[in-house]
Amino acid sequence: MAVEVRLPTVLRSQAGGASVVTVDGGTVGEVLAKLVAEYPGLTGQVVQADGSLHKFVNIYVDDDDVRYLDGVDTPVADGAEVSILPAVAGG
Amino acid sequence: MEMIGHTLTGLPDEACGLLVGSYGGEEATHIFPTANAAASALLYEIDPKEMLAVDRAARALGADIMGVFHSHTHTDAYPSPTDVAQALDPGWHYVLVSLRDTHAVVRSYRIVEGVITEEPVEVPGLGEEPGEKPNKEPGVGESGPAK
Repeated sequence: MAVEVRLPTVLRSQAGGASVVTVDGGTVGEVLAKLVAEYPGLTGQVVQADGSLHKFVNIYVDDDDVRYLDGVDTPVADGAEVSILPAVAGG
Repeated sequence: MEMIGHTLTGLPDEACGLLVGSYGGEEATHIFPTANAAASALLYEIDPKEMLAVDRAARALGADIMGVFHSHTHTDAYPSPTDVAQALDPGWHYVLVSLRDTHAVVRSYRIVEGVITEEPVEVPGLGEEPGEKPNKEPGVGESGPAK
């Protein structure tokens, strides 16, 4: 199932400059695994070694933050858009 | 001026928002004030849902989020250690608005791998907002030596 992944500016240099990448996958975890397989420079930038989401990113399937769904197990429908966005904070 | 107005409205908490334009470029063509999800006088967090909305708005404009601004209510317009630790994008402009003094002080920085570099910044209309005193400090809104 083809899914569009929107990349944040900070990660695009690791993906050949692309802002949107199309990959296959039925869950967020599968989509992110395909993304990293295609662009190894993204390893550890979105998903940590233990498989959990990096705390400095928020991931959405269409309009929904996956942290409030099933995290990396959140299903992704064909044609859905997955957005990876930095968590922007400071003091 | 929308940026400074937003930081004043946010008092006593810090306020924040996003800059949209050409990523890596020098000019923010659009300012998007956002909620401070941290709701704190010491911390800010761009509301994640608004981050998504602004990213989409930027995309529709053929642009990108290319920086962030936030206020310091009682300290200099200089990145705090927390700001530096959480500054992830070397291409972004990190704009600080200090509300410590009578006049807002705006400064802008690049933060690359923990190294802070100040850059010149111009804020259109700074000093011309209704209700603001016309006699402004020299150098406000522009870069200058750090205080």
